Amino acid sequence: MTAPSAARTALVTVASVVVALLICALVFVFAGQSPAEVYGTMLRGTLGDPTGLAEVGRRTIPLLLIGTGLALAFRAQFFNIGAEGQLLLGAVFAAGTALFLPVPGALLIPAVFVAGFVGGGLWALVAAALRRVNVNEILSTLMLNYIAVALVTYLIAGPWKGKDVRGYIYTDNFPQGAWLPTFSGTQVHWPTLLLGVALALGLQWLLTRSTFGYALRVVGENPGAAHYAGLSSTRVATLVALLTGGLAGLAGAGEVAGIHHRLLEASQISLGYGFTAVIVAWLARGNPALCLITAPLMGVILAGGDLLKIDLNLPFRVVDIFSGVILLCLIASEVFVRHRVQWGRA
Amino acid sequence: MKGLAALRPAPVKGWTVNQTQSSAGPPALRLSGITKRFPGVVANDAVDLTVHAGEVLALLGENGAGKSTLISILYGLYQPDEGAVELAGQPVRIGSPAQARRLGIGLVPQHPLLVSRHTVAENLALGRVGGLFPARRVAGQVRELSARYGLEVNPEARVSDLSPGEKQRVEIVRALLGGARVLILDEPTSVLTPQEAEGLFRVMRELKADGRSLIFISHKLDEVLAVADRVTVLRRGKVVGGVPTRGATRESLAELMVGRSVDFTRKRAGGPGAEAGALLSVRDLSAQGARGLPALRGVSFELRRGEVLGVAGIAGNGQSELVEVLAGLHAATGSVTLDSQALTGDAAARFRSGVAHIPEDRIHSGTVPSMTVAENLALRDFERPPLARGLARDLTATDERARREVEAYGVATPGIHTPTRLLSGGNIQKLILARELAGQPKLILAVHPTYGLDIGATDQVHRVLLDRTGDGAGVLLVSEDLDELLSLSDRVAVMVGGSLLGPFPVAEVTRESLGLLMGGAHPHSIPGADQGPTQNGVMA
Ligand SMILES: Nc1ncnc2c1ncn2[C@@H]1O[C@H](COP(=O)(O)OP(=O)(O)OP(=O)(O)O)[C@@H](O)[C@H]1O
Ligand SMILES: [Mg+2]
Repeated sequence: MTAPSAARTALVTVASVVVALLICALVFVFAGQSPAEVYGTMLRGTLGDPTGLAEVGRRTIPLLLIGTGLALAFRAQFFNIGAEGQLLLGAVFAAGTALFLPVPGALLIPAVFVAGFVGGGLWALVAAALRRVNVNEILSTLMLNYIAVALVTYLIAGPWKGKDVRGYIYTDNFPQGAWLPTFSGTQVHWPTLLLGVALALGLQWLLTRSTFGYALRVVGENPGAAHYAGLSSTRVATLVALLTGGLAGLAGAGEVAGIHHRLLEASQISLGYGFTAVIVAWLARGNPALCLITAPLMGVILAGGDLLKIDLNLPFRVVDIFSGVILLCLIASEVFVRHRVQWGRA
Repeated sequence: MKGLAALRPAPVKGWTVNQTQSSAGPPALRLSGITKRFPGVVANDAVDLTVHAGEVLALLGENGAGKSTLISILYGLYQPDEGAVELAGQPVRIGSPAQARRLGIGLVPQHPLLVSRHTVAENLALGRVGGLFPARRVAGQVRELSARYGLEVNPEARVSDLSPGEKQRVEIVRALLGGARVLILDEPTSVLTPQEAEGLFRVMRELKADGRSLIFISHKLDEVLAVADRVTVLRRGKVVGGVPTRGATRESLAELMVGRSVDFTRKRAGGPGAEAGALLSVRDLSAQGARGLPALRGVSFELRRGEVLGVAGIAGNGQSELVEVLAGLHAATGSVTLDSQALTGDAAARFRSGVAHIPEDRIHSGTVPSMTVAENLALRDFERPPLARGLARDLTATDERARREVEAYGVATPGIHTPTRLLSGGNIQKLILARELAGQPKLILAVHPTYGLDIGATDQVHRVLLDRTGDGAGVLLVSEDLDELLSLSDRVAVMVGGSLLGPFPVAEVTRESLGLLMGGAHPHSIPGADQGPTQNGVMA
């Protein structure tokens, strides 16, 4: 890995989060709130109380799954910013399986997850295929997000529209057998959480200990050397797309099977997880296992931010400000990390 | 000197005052007690060094001795842990390269630092005064400088299309454009042809006559003797001596550098007999270059078992493409057989069938700079036992082998888990050699294999390559260093405009005849060259 600069990178990362929190504090001051009170409310309402903790957990699950996949993708220089769309496709495939496929009871939940993975993976593969004809994946994954939203809307308003729903647009409820178990009294669907933890560790292993991970890093860190050694960048990009999309798809399956139990409007399935997960992956600096720390962190910010809107009656979506400022600080901090890299080459 | 005077930057305060005093006044540059520590190494250990105006100082030392580090400090890339820098008697602190340039210090780095996607002119305009310097005006100045010093540089060319030699020239032009008063050249000739190097020395002599100070790093002692006034020798970060070049010889400098005497005579004795069978046979190879122009035009030759076949030529005449085609990195028409088997497949497949490749560009293709020494040594076979079991890499085996190879090839590194970007240039090259020669290759494609190596290491590499021919391997040696070609090869071929002339037995060619062929002279007009085998029909 990026050996001795790891400590420096960690330092820069932590510093950028601290700076972001300070900048946000300033925003609160302008909004007429005391930052101490705001941060106090956030912490008490999330980590200091069981309901809050459950809210953090619920949001951590998709962030962890998606962030882990994105961390891997960024290491391969596959800039997937379409996790939102892949999550939706995963939700669509999962819903289709739960609603329409005659799967025996015991296999239904595994089938829902597999379908979610396939849906998300295929959606990202579209971008990987376009990349082969020189379409930048940042653009293609972004465009695919919009198509995914349109697809969901079409399905729930058209062919998949529920029989029992009147004016609303969503599907019927999934059969009970497809509902994911939760910790009692919460919406924390633990099978998905377990999957997320296992995959974060698994992908870390893949990246650092497997031959595929080695090839992935060569392709990501020096395409020239990959070419020289005969490592196929296309193969790496394809597999990475499948994995990163698949993990987002799993998150989508978890959301519909664990929380909503039906396919509903895109904006209700995902609270922008696909985008927030970019920050999760970036904070983790491309290490899937570190998403185990950064995903709950962003989970606290998401849950705490929603809390603020209600508790302090703030006139804006605090969450957006947090995410935006953290992202900006991270982008700015990149200068410091890069600088060092350049010096080393002289 | 009018042209150059026009290129001078505005005078720096405190500098013009002393400038004319030359050696009588304070030295143009004085470093005292410079110490720089990195984790695991003291790269510079209390280094004292002076350069006077109108003087060329050569900085000598083995790979990893600390030369690049010292000049990085001078150029503001690193801050020294201890020590002071004085310019013309004034103490200065050099906080950044921009500040160094303002103080009149220019650097031609060991590995060009150019933006690949931009053109030469755009790169040169980058970082110029205020950043508002239009690329078009620079283009004019570049042409003037190019013509003046015979440094061929096309301002409109895209950097990604340039050979390493061409990139090096762009860096030289960049430093000249900056009007540096103290010009540092870190191994500028490594990738230059002898003619280009000669051109550079002319530039250096003119700059020197103009009262500027030059610091020149090179492992080629002939060049040092030709162009430098004085040498300072570093060993393991310390200054171990300094002598004027007047009266010095290659042997005396080498001894000062490595602490023992070094043998400069032709190393190759004998070579394979005529009975040795063909190892590699290449028939009618044609390929397109990066710019869509033909890079190889019907190249045919045979390489015998145990033979070293040298390929001479001015950069850009198809040598790179020839090697890339053989290594499986470049498409071509024609046929290639190795050991009577058609040689096909991608680079990985060819490596497995015994083709090792020491590439031209060690930073951008030979290694992954951000990955560790151990990981880079595994680049060729990380997917196969013993380095992998199934899909899992065996890190213990990887590390163990890395330790063995670092030891065997004398790669100076703080550890096997150090990223290779922190290694000195010569040590990166040793790492590549260790990796490529590990698997008993049949055919070794060696492009500038001793580029950047110190004389001890060069000697070591030559011996390793020759050892391999003893085991029946064939070496295709591409080099712009004619002395190296003549001292190692059994036969030498010349590439001009994508065609191969020769190969000629080494006894029948000389530096001069090769030089003429490289320049495009007809082989029949050159004494000694016309008896060469004409099996390939190219000479007709
Ligand atoms: N940024 C760095 N971090 C750690 N070690 C470094 C760094 N830069 C250089 N070194 C180490 O310092 C020593 C001196 O390196 P330097 O590049 O100055 O050698 P050099 O004399 O220029 O060698 P060469 O002839 O091979 O270019 C080497 O052991 C190198 O590994
Ligand atoms: Mg060096």
